[in-house]
Amino acid sequence: MSIDILIPLLAAAVQSGTPILYATLGEIFTERSGILNLGVEGIMIIGALTGFLVAKATGNPYVAFVAAGLAGSCAGSIHGLVCLVFQGNQVVSGLALTILGVGVANYLGTPYVGLIAPGFDPLPIPVLAEIPVIGAIFFSQDLLVYLTYLIPVLMWIFLYNTRFGLSLRAAGEYPAAATAAGLNVVGYRWLGVLVGGFFMGLGGAYLSLAYTHLWTNNLTGGRGWIAVALVIFAFWRPSRAVFGAYLFGGIMALQLRLQASGTQIPSSLLLMLPYGLTVAVLVFSSWLRGKTDEPGALGTNILPAE
Amino acid sequence: MRLSKILTTALLAIGLCVSQASAEDMNVGFVYVSPIGDAGWSFAHDKGRLELEKMDGVKTSYVEAVAEGPDSERVMLNMARKGYDVIFATSFGYMDPMLKVAKQFPDTTFMHCSGFKTADNMGNYFGRMYQARYLSGMVAGAMTKSNTIGYVAAFPIPEVIRGINAFTLGAQSMNPEVTVRVVWTKTWYDPATEKEAAKSLLDVGADVIAQHQDSPGPQEAAEEKGVYSVGYNSDMSQFAPKAHLTAPIWNWGPFYVDTVNKVKEGTWKAEAHWPGLADGIVDLAPMSDMVPKEVQDKVMAKKEAIIGGEKVFMGPIKDQTGAEKVAAGTAMSDPDMLGMTWFIQGVIGTTE
Repeated sequence: MSIDILIPLLAAAVQSGTPILYATLGEIFTERSGILNLGVEGIMIIGALTGFLVAKATGNPYVAFVAAGLAGSCAGSIHGLVCLVFQGNQVVSGLALTILGVGVANYLGTPYVGLIAPGFDPLPIPVLAEIPVIGAIFFSQDLLVYLTYLIPVLMWIFLYNTRFGLSLRAAGEYPAAATAAGLNVVGYRWLGVLVGGFFMGLGGAYLSLAYTHLWTNNLTGGRGWIAVALVIFAFWRPSRAVFGAYLFGGIMALQLRLQASGTQIPSSLLLMLPYGLTVAVLVFSSWLRGKTDEPGALGTNILPAE
Repeated sequence: MRLSKILTTALLAIGLCVSQASAEDMNVGFVYVSPIGDAGWSFAHDKGRLELEKMDGVKTSYVEAVAEGPDSERVMLNMARKGYDVIFATSFGYMDPMLKVAKQFPDTTFMHCSGFKTADNMGNYFGRMYQARYLSGMVAGAMTKSNTIGYVAAFPIPEVIRGINAFTLGAQSMNPEVTVRVVWTKTWYDPATEKEAAKSLLDVGADVIAQHQDSPGPQEAAEEKGVYSVGYNSDMSQFAPKAHLTAPIWNWGPFYVDTVNKVKEGTWKAEAHWPGLADGIVDLAPMSDMVPKEVQDKVMAKKEAIIGGEKVFMGPIKDQTGAEKVAAGTAMSDPDMLGMTWFIQGVIGTTE
């Protein structure tokens, strides 16, 4: 594969990986606090629709992007309500949230299919975009992609280098000890759900504001589920999430480019690649079980203090 | 996701019940597979429905975004029970559900688009879109400078393959050097994937992008890259004003009006209809000013020729391996066209 095919492929990998990256980072943040949220797909699509509608109404994509994040937090709060207030089963609540989110977004979004809204266009960074190879891959993208270069770093600093982050991780690792140490575990878990939902909403908005400027039913197309799998692949670490998201983005972009290059491999096989990779990733991760960084109390509810 | 669709359909069906059919008027119902939106397959059908609205004594209604299978059966059953006189269902997967409902309501007229089954009170219809695709291929072939055209394709079924082949024949008629590269998305409406597929074709040197899906995703990709594009279903120039050259389009109105008139007069018969350019059911959207006058003239001349009876799939036609599939001087038969599963020479890609 020659370099003039490879560079656009890698640039496309970064772009297709970006919505997954936002969602994966959101899910890592939530799971770090001990809450398993399988509603990523539902939250993403609510973010995608909100972003699109607000951009259409206000004409301002920046406002739309933030609104999508807030909508994600709102959707996430349903999960928080079920798991943190009513002690409901986290798996069931997350699945229900996905079904609800996709259903509501498709129902409300139907009249807007096929319309265009303002969004983010590629914005090469002066000087940096001129760097050979790297410039074309990383610095000729849109603003929302550049944001994802910062977020994992900030999240890493927050989780591993601040007291606040340590407390959040304690809530997910060993809530009983955290409570004994005087931490408000439920509060930290709420933080995990709301901030995580915010990023999932942003991931959805990336699809309707930058990836395309369109809304359609089922726009997220299963990317939320890939994010859930990627959290495991990333060993719950923001840095590895970047690698995983770009790997998936690359596979999605690669299968289309292989077809365009005139390969004789049946397209049905190529289209299976991302999903095959998801399974492979899960097998690989469970094989490494023990070396991962899974929060100890992930998915378990905190019982009300006796 | 299944539940969500059922929910949506149920809610829409409730909305439908409100508009009760009245006795004097002809009531015509439409079932659409996707939301109507601003462009695309269902939008084109809905434009046809609006033509019916203009007729005296005809009332229409529709249900959009109806999933193929059991959901669609319930929607059609509901329409038939409400006393609708004619029901049009516009997606391939509605065929068997419609057949079932048609047997229960012998007095209602059923029309199914893009299938192959009929019953005493159920006909089917489609259009010879490949004729318009040939014309759009001529435009693309004349406009490409890299001699590479990218075609974002939906599913490898005869309808789509026939369209790609006709498009390629048209392009080759203007420019024998041209090749058409195909990428399958296995989607009918997924702007993100379809846009990405178009970008992958741009990366291998395509400078005109054509498409078979309903979303304007590929048009966006062409517009951003500053190359040309050919739309589909309806004029897509609003999505890519600087790229959009033309589009092969559907014009269902006259056919729907004709069908409803025949039902009214009692002359309707359950038949399989496959009209083309000559009947106006398919057409070419107005060509952009970017297309030179002499190219436009050639395309319009060819359009007249096809209307006059000239065949698009006229031998000699070779497949990708160079084997002759249609002998010189003979035209391909309708059954052969309807079952086309191979690419002609000049198409790069696989039908698998």
